[in-house]
Amino acid sequence: MTNTDNIQHPASNIQHHKKLNIYFTAGIPGLKDTTEILKIIQSSGAEMVEIGMPYSDPVADGPVIQKAHELALLNGMTIAKLFEQLKSVKSEIKIPVVLMGYINPVLSFGFESFCRECAESGVSGLIIPDLPPIEFEKNYRQILEKYRLNFSFLVTPETSDERIRYLDSLSSGFLYAVSSSSTTGNASKEINNGQYLQNLAALNLKNPVMIGFGIKSKDDFQKVTANAAGGIIGTAFVNILLEKGDWKAKGTSFIRSIIN
Amino acid sequence: MKNYKNPDENGYYGEFGGAFVPEMLFPNVEELQNNYLNIIESSEFKEEFRDLLKNYVGRATPLYFAENLSEKYETQIYLKREDLNHTGAHKINNALGQALLAKKLGKHRIIAETGAGQHGVATATACALLGLECIVYMGEVDIARQAPNVARMKMLGATVIPATSGSKTLKDAVNEALRDWINNSTTTHYIIGSVVGPHPFPDLVARFQSVISEEIKWQLKEKIGRENPDYVMACVGGGSNAAGTFYHFVNEEDVKLIAAEAGGFGVDSGKSAATTFLGTLGVLHGSKSLVMQTEDGQVIEPHSISAGLDYPGIGPFHANLFKEKRAEFFSINDDEALKSAMELTKLEGIIPALESAHALAVLEKKKFRKDDVVVICLSGRGDKDMETYLKHL
Repeated sequence: MTNTDNIQHPASNIQHHKKLNIYFTAGIPGLKDTTEILKIIQSSGAEMVEIGMPYSDPVADGPVIQKAHELALLNGMTIAKLFEQLKSVKSEIKIPVVLMGYINPVLSFGFESFCRECAESGVSGLIIPDLPPIEFEKNYRQILEKYRLNFSFLVTPETSDERIRYLDSLSSGFLYAVSSSSTTGNASKEINNGQYLQNLAALNLKNPVMIGFGIKSKDDFQKVTANAAGGIIGTAFVNILLEKGDWKAKGTSFIRSIIN
Repeated sequence: MKNYKNPDENGYYGEFGGAFVPEMLFPNVEELQNNYLNIIESSEFKEEFRDLLKNYVGRATPLYFAENLSEKYETQIYLKREDLNHTGAHKINNALGQALLAKKLGKHRIIAETGAGQHGVATATACALLGLECIVYMGEVDIARQAPNVARMKMLGATVIPATSGSKTLKDAVNEALRDWINNSTTTHYIIGSVVGPHPFPDLVARFQSVISEEIKWQLKEKIGRENPDYVMACVGGGSNAAGTFYHFVNEEDVKLIAAEAGGFGVDSGKSAATTFLGTLGVLHGSKSLVMQTEDGQVIEPHSISAGLDYPGIGPFHANLFKEKRAEFFSINDDEALKSAMELTKLEGIIPALESAHALAVLEKKKFRKDDVVVICLSGRGDKDMETYLKHL
């Protein structure tokens, strides 16, 4: 993998389709399925992949991803094992790989060692939702730059314009816009925030904007990405991995159904 | 002497603290950070809060000289009777303070987590009094072992929601409450029950609980002519009663601080909640502190016979006291706590909460001088623990 941007060709947003980023938790349904899932996501036509690093206390996630984390930990997934798996498919995966997780396991691994492993495993960027910008600037930014890793901050409908600009200035690769201020996969909230997405687009941010949280269907995807570079689907895909049955076929057809 | 009392502007006590929250919670946490001191230090707030503490909670709580206990341990033991507060524990000090603060911030929906149920009952009480909607998250295991408090919360009008993930105890109740807060961030205030969570919660809760040490000072002056005891002791789960007991003494070198953690079956048993013995630096529930975790940074499910101490971390205030060796930490096993509870009941006619019994058990572990003045915070009463006590009689 040679790509160092989370999003390849950000200027290509004018393409007829928006970029699809698929999230899944490493270590489900089985410990060693990560590499196969990566290949499926790539071959089905998604342009990016976001891999969740399992954590015992994933407070920003809803019940589905929380369950995925629990299962992954039961299966024995660790950050070290994930890096091994990523290295084994490094030459085959061409789409950008982003790791998403909570700060505690990353700190336990050692932040600099973690970044070095990321660089060696072909990871292009990180999302750590509970790492605040003030900590990022003080302690971590330089390390990320040293290993040429991108970092995407989250913004929500409640984030002020001033803070969006600040978080955009610290981010690279893309800015992660949470569709509604909620945990992941919140089914009770309808995605109805055209104003917020238009506002984001009007801010002329330096990074392309990817929309995530609560996207379940092609319809949702098209709606939320109208004014963005692309969208991130997590819970709906993780559900397929958690269900009994042929997740390879189902996963492939799900991704294709969003793009086509 | 260093200043241990309050955090710096970013919420740090030494290397511990901060506000590690996802962006979805940032506006709430920022709103609190920007306003809490102005509101709670205003004379209007102080007056209202003081009035409630006096006339509703029943403060000041007595500082009771425990003569029989003193005789047995050959020292001068005073018990700070937080068990005599309305609702039966120190938790009401903080719950009322935060409920008042929430009203000032224009929030009408309150969420809380609870372990032993004392914080849940206190929050439900404050909400009933102030006309606020109340939702309490409680681990499924704790719901089973603290049935009387669950019934009280429901009677007070709160909705009790079981936390069914992980160990189904206090840690998981905090996770569920944080999820609720993320999903309802603009309407809701989260009344955290201990000195844990993102800044400013540890400082906020410590300030509301500091009424405990403030009273100890003048009460001791009245009783023995000096404000400072030789020792103050309290149990620590998250650490709110201990923070309140230490608060006005923490910067005074002549007072020694002792904290009792829940050893469970023993620190080496794999079934323990003694964080300073087993924990390492980590980030849990929004702050950097000592956390019981695996080498991979996965949080270990703790164990304690007392639901209120069944937590795999301690607040950053205490982590700093531990690191700086300002406080001495003891690990008290389940059986030692039970023994001390029975002893206090027999010698003084006071049935303590299992949590408080951990602090009492330090008396067996440390030798005091005959003229030492030792103040122990009796954080709550034992009614809620009757079923556990009866099993071990």
